[in-house]
Amino acid sequence: MPVEYSGIAKEHTAIRTAAGLFDVSHMGEFEVTGPEALHLIQYVTSNDASHLTDGQAQYSALTTPEGTAVDDLLVYRHSQDRFMLVVNAANIESDLEWIQTHNTVGARIEDISQKTGLLALQGPRAAEILQPLTELTLSRLPSYHFASGEVLGIDALVSRTGYTGEDGFELYFPASESERLWTGLLKAGEPHGLLPAGLGARNTLRLEAKLLLYGNDLDRTTTLLEAGLGWIVKLDKGDFIGRESLAGQKAEGVKRKLSGLVMLGRDIARDHYPVYVKGAEVSHVTSGSPSITLKQNIGLTYLPVEHTAPGTKLEVSVRGRACEAEVVRTPFYKRKDS
Amino acid sequence: MNPQDLQYSKEHEWLRVAGDIGTVGITDHAQSELGDVIFVEFPQVGAKVEAGKTLGSIESVKAVSEIFSPISGEVLEVNKDLLNTPEAVNADPYGKGWLVRIRIEKPPAGLMTADQYA
Repeated sequence: MPVEYSGIAKEHTAIRTAAGLFDVSHMGEFEVTGPEALHLIQYVTSNDASHLTDGQAQYSALTTPEGTAVDDLLVYRHSQDRFMLVVNAANIESDLEWIQTHNTVGARIEDISQKTGLLALQGPRAAEILQPLTELTLSRLPSYHFASGEVLGIDALVSRTGYTGEDGFELYFPASESERLWTGLLKAGEPHGLLPAGLGARNTLRLEAKLLLYGNDLDRTTTLLEAGLGWIVKLDKGDFIGRESLAGQKAEGVKRKLSGLVMLGRDIARDHYPVYVKGAEVSHVTSGSPSITLKQNIGLTYLPVEHTAPGTKLEVSVRGRACEAEVVRTPFYKRKDS
Repeated sequence: MNPQDLQYSKEHEWLRVAGDIGTVGITDHAQSELGDVIFVEFPQVGAKVEAGKTLGSIESVKAVSEIFSPISGEVLEVNKDLLNTPEAVNADPYGKGWLVRIRIEKPPAGLMTADQYA
């Protein structure tokens, strides 16, 4: 996947106003099957997969005993004994090893990443573009639900999910059909303003919507509660890895929190730039970028809780210069109909 | 195509010499690598700059990149239009996207012709 096709800003704007297509086939997919599949998933992830119905998906995380993140992922329920986990590309091997190590219940785990293609069709016009190409009725597919059906004659799993903060679909299909589906979708979407989009726009879009990037905003040193992912931590669902640590942290309160910042001048906060409060270094930028939609320069950073109130003044060190910034509420961008 | 009348640095800046005035910009290759330019950080007018040293920086959506001066001299003028239209660096790198004018104090050295740069 290239960084850009026609330009990050152009691709970004297309997805906010019309549609864009990402080839994210590099993502990892595992199939977890057998009577103990749910049992295993419940134990290795933080969210409660027992409430999922067939054809429903959920955002979740693989947790360490300390409550930090091995990875963030999507859990798809095909049926009560068949699930799919979708994980970050860089973590495919370590996730697989982690899950297998904790698979004391005998669930079957298969890494289907190589044979699975994944295209993300995102943007307000995504449904309009996709509907004529499939037998599925997309209006009956709510957010975080999926269905199997043909798209352009190719067997696909159509999921109403994404990583952009817009409406859209993620299509899972046999990897051998990648080129045909990519070309066909682009052609069908062209009259609607659909553009191919790259990693650059994917990053700026997800950051505006405060969707976390594993490795930047979330890793094995950050707990889910610090990352603001308390909503996927279900302490009452039964035992899972990290439950005790997370319960303890919840009771005591977190000491730092992933927070949004906006630069007050024209300087741009980039990943890893140091963050100061009243001259003292307190953190660094985990993700920083210009926001194409808001025309502001935004970033995420872990701040000590006493400095997380919106309006708190910060300084970001931009190549040695202290530049003013301010804590803001997140997400930076929220679409109007959500 | 890189204009024939310019000189080029290996850091992908160009220099146009007219008398003792040098105009500096970044090449078409450089703007294409950077992608959408959104901000240019200029030196102070009147500042002395040295060939091979930092002259400022260019921020695109995806990255920040330093501008290295292809020539030694004094900064006479910066292209203030770029504060409002930074995209000119992408659209017209050899024209409206110029960055800085410098009063040349030492003749340029180690620069390439358009054919050598290509």
